[in-house]
Amino acid sequence: MRQTIALWLLAGLAGCTLLPWYMTSGGFWSFEWVGDGTPDSALTQIVQVGRWWLIAPILAMLTVAIVQFGVVEPVRRAKLSLWIASAGLVLTALQGLVIVRAGPRLFEGLFGGEVAAAGQPGFGIGAGVALISLLFIATISLSQTGRGRGDAFVVSMIGLIVALVAVFVFYPVAHILIRAFEIPGGYSLTQFFPRFFDSGLWGLDCLFGGQSCGTAINSLFLALMTAAGTTILGLAFALIFTRTDFRAKKLLRVLTVIPIITPPFVIGLALILLFGRSGTVTEIAAELFGTEKTRWLYGFWGVYFAQLLSFTPIAFLVLIGVVQGVSPSMEEASQTLSADRWQTFRRVSLPLMRPGLANAFLLGFIESLADFGNPLVLGGGYNVLSTDIYFAIVGSAADPAKAAILAIALLSLTLSAFLAQRWWVGRKSYATITGKADSGQNAGLSPVVKAICYWIALPWAALTAVVYSMIIFGSFVKLWGYDHSFTFDHYTRAFGIDFTSGRLTGVAWDSYFTTLTISSIAAPLTALVGLATAYLLVRQKFVGKDAFEFSTMLSFAIPGTVIGVSYIMAFNFPPIELTGTSIILIVVFVFRNMPVGVRGGIAAMSQLDSSLDEASVTLGANSFTTVRRVILPLMGPALFAAITYSFVRAITSVSAVIFLVSAKHNMATSFIVGRVENGEFGIAIAYSAVLIVTMLTAILLLQLIIGTRRLRRTDRVQTAARA
Amino acid sequence: MTKINAGSVRFDGVVKRFGDVTALKRLDLDIAAGELVTLLGPSGCGKTTTLRLIAGLETASDGRIEIGGEDVTHLTATSRKVSMVFQSYALFPHMSVAQNVAYGLTVGGMRKTEAAQKAEHGLEMVGLAGYGERLPSELSGGQQQRVAVARAIVLEPEVLLLDEPLSNLDAKLRRHVREEIRQIQQRLGLTAVYVTHDQEEAMAVSDRIIVMRNAEIAQAGSPKELYDCPNSAFIADFIGDANLVPVEIDRVDDGQCHFTIGNRRYSTTNALIQAGPAQAVLRPQSINLDNPQMDGLPGEVTAAAYLGREIQYTVETSAGPLFVIAEANARAHKRGDAVSVNIANEAVRLVAN
Ligand SMILES: Nc1ncnc2c1ncn2[C@@H]1O[C@H](COP(=O)(O)OP(=O)(O)O)[C@@H](O)[C@H]1O
Ligand SMILES: [Mg+2]
Repeated sequence: MRQTIALWLLAGLAGCTLLPWYMTSGGFWSFEWVGDGTPDSALTQIVQVGRWWLIAPILAMLTVAIVQFGVVEPVRRAKLSLWIASAGLVLTALQGLVIVRAGPRLFEGLFGGEVAAAGQPGFGIGAGVALISLLFIATISLSQTGRGRGDAFVVSMIGLIVALVAVFVFYPVAHILIRAFEIPGGYSLTQFFPRFFDSGLWGLDCLFGGQSCGTAINSLFLALMTAAGTTILGLAFALIFTRTDFRAKKLLRVLTVIPIITPPFVIGLALILLFGRSGTVTEIAAELFGTEKTRWLYGFWGVYFAQLLSFTPIAFLVLIGVVQGVSPSMEEASQTLSADRWQTFRRVSLPLMRPGLANAFLLGFIESLADFGNPLVLGGGYNVLSTDIYFAIVGSAADPAKAAILAIALLSLTLSAFLAQRWWVGRKSYATITGKADSGQNAGLSPVVKAICYWIALPWAALTAVVYSMIIFGSFVKLWGYDHSFTFDHYTRAFGIDFTSGRLTGVAWDSYFTTLTISSIAAPLTALVGLATAYLLVRQKFVGKDAFEFSTMLSFAIPGTVIGVSYIMAFNFPPIELTGTSIILIVVFVFRNMPVGVRGGIAAMSQLDSSLDEASVTLGANSFTTVRRVILPLMGPALFAAITYSFVRAITSVSAVIFLVSAKHNMATSFIVGRVENGEFGIAIAYSAVLIVTMLTAILLLQLIIGTRRLRRTDRVQTAARA
Repeated sequence: MTKINAGSVRFDGVVKRFGDVTALKRLDLDIAAGELVTLLGPSGCGKTTTLRLIAGLETASDGRIEIGGEDVTHLTATSRKVSMVFQSYALFPHMSVAQNVAYGLTVGGMRKTEAAQKAEHGLEMVGLAGYGERLPSELSGGQQQRVAVARAIVLEPEVLLLDEPLSNLDAKLRRHVREEIRQIQQRLGLTAVYVTHDQEEAMAVSDRIIVMRNAEIAQAGSPKELYDCPNSAFIADFIGDANLVPVEIDRVDDGQCHFTIGNRRYSTTNALIQAGPAQAVLRPQSINLDNPQMDGLPGEVTAAAYLGREIQYTVETSAGPLFVIAEANARAHKRGDAVSVNIANEAVRLVAN
């Protein structure tokens, strides 16, 4: 272990003396300094520019080196090193936070204005290496004091993930909180409450005949309606799927899955094409019944429809597990007690599903609150929080403080739902869903329930089918609603190639390639962070595990818009200056989608018999070797699943991304939103169609690899375990 | 492979708690080097937990653990020289048999060729030479079991741990493999701790048996000691079959306890028993059935089962129903026969209530 610490010391000192400490003009990964001879390392900054405060990390590492070689007693040595490295870490981070020229200046008064006002650029690669080295020196020392059962690898992983989550989830969210208390020329606690409880947010005027309710009330109402709607639809689908002999189940399944790989505003677009003022259905209705063409779609109902279409699949996926989990023997018991099928359903099955229904409801609630694409396209005069946040940042009257207040309102709603879900589901779900070793038949649906399910679900399925045909159809017609002649124009404008010169002339190529590149970098990273976290949660015991799990799942409850706002507030100036780079896009995807990776990892890890890694450990392998040689090879399928999902999420997400794209790094979704705002629906739809096809191809490709791997693995494992 | 450097194991007041559950209450344990000790007891009594504490897969909540005279209480599993054979075998499904056996050697830093050689030698020892290239899934259960043993012993561990190693095998194979394990253990002079809930298996392989019950040691000793001198009704019942007959001790002098079963007086030595109610342990083989005319406890045969080598009877008496095993060549009784039951004084043991 002393060697490992020595290695990190060397790396850290190299970071302080050989690498540029600050972000160079070319960005974090720019290596132009390589040719310059002397990079602007921390050391040269201290000696030549007089930035004496950069001495902290160097001093810390030198002291640790002395302790390592000077102190004989191991526990004392480890404790001393831990304290020194932690102090170095804190001081280095602190100087970065305090000595800045822009951004919140909370500690300015504390530290004497002169130095603090000197200002310095953001951390660069040298600072990154130094901080990581100090972190690992601290975690390895911590493990040597006997914590974490002396396992340096595990303690270091916990330390790294905690640090990453702190920097990329808590730090930006903290910025929102700080901004919310900001007033011109300082901070004020008292100003916050009047602004937060403003009638523009929480007003209930619409109930009493007034103009409109507050934004937060609008969001809340929409979320409750959507949650109720998707839960009912999802339940109807789940029942049809598991309890009836409906013929076209396969088709139904496809219809429920496709919305997951659809960019969020595409459904809104298709609704406009169908029900907008010059939409197909509107035209036909006007023709046949002479109804008036109105803009009814732009507002609550439009957003509501679009959200129902978008989020029902999520409810379905949750509820199908729940419906299957209701133990058949309980239903059989009820029937032998001479209850009929309707009574059995109402008195036994439904109550057993209640926790699952609550879960689906809360998920729908959170998704609706966080939804950005649909309200942006269809919202009209119905203001909701997520879009208002966006307009408070990019609108003509940019008001970051207002954005921060709105973000806090949104965050408090989603967080309450998240907490409610954990509290409710954590308490109730275990008792109802019994083991699988339950033979017997689930009761069929009573005719009434069956009819209700069909009547609810089938029209919805038909609508989804129509919506998707519209998307394909719309991308091939000249001008929707006016000129329905066939054309390839939209595709050539977006993805044209000049074959004579070999140049890519289409306007979409740039953002298309950026999207693919960034998604392909972010996806494996997400999977890695997610699976590493899952490994720690399932296979390791440590103090504070519950808090650790909670904080890694937390980013699920933070809406994309809030993340986006918090990122531009936090990473627009030193010490971590990332806006305008591609790194910030990758980072935002990794930490937004991490909970998905964690969930998938936990599921896969629980299926892997823990005696396999215990065998490895008792055979003398350390936990790093065990992960590398036993767990990772066996986790292949889970890894690929996590990669697929994060890839799709990265391509389709728009809410956080729209704040973070730059001219240099534009993403497909924000490009499409731009086209929609210009009224160029044709090209927007054509682009969306290409994205959907791209994702389908990627999924099929990955499925091919996963499919074959899983088959071979399970069959080996099963035989091994059976004997 | 020559004799290896076997280590002793010592538990000193070891406690293990899982939240509110106490899996082990202050356990003291002494296992000598080269000994095969079995942990025996009903499911949930803490056998696996004890084993995992020796391996370092769990950390003791309190107390001290020594292996080979060294304090290992806070050492990780990786750094203890202990190997374990798992109930599920835990063979790595993505590695060949040879890779599985060589795994511990290569992660310990041995060169690949040398490790492969040792692995082949280990496979030879368990009678699987030439199976190295197969995948674990291409072996039968018994063969997989032996691969798991080979993988554990090539590391020349100070202590070999086996957690119900035979529970996934069928009855015939179980007997064969357990003899093989015992042979290897004796040949290499390994210290082995063997967990099972099957008392016959425990009697067959062990130098010493530690019977556990409710997170505590109920009794420890050689198989014969446990059978002949159980210290509680639980042990008497758990080790071999036993009739437990409630008796009243009317007099104790010089360690001799006097009591009556039916119409006959008995006396036996047991320093732990005082006057008052107790239970007499009657092994079914040591009860004789005679013609009703004979002197003895009168009874009636209520069930008789002919099993080839022996006949099993249930006899209803005034002391309660008795289970009796008689040799097949003795005179047979039928259901409904009146008999006289004879129990020799030497065959009776006393245990407290
Ligand atoms: N990881 C654990 N968490 C909580 N309780 C446990 C754990 N492992 C074992 N126990 C409990 O400790 C007791 C002893 O278990 P174990 O040692 O596995 O028994 P066995 O003798 O059957 O091997 C049981 O009551 C069991 O429920
Ligand atoms: Mg067990």
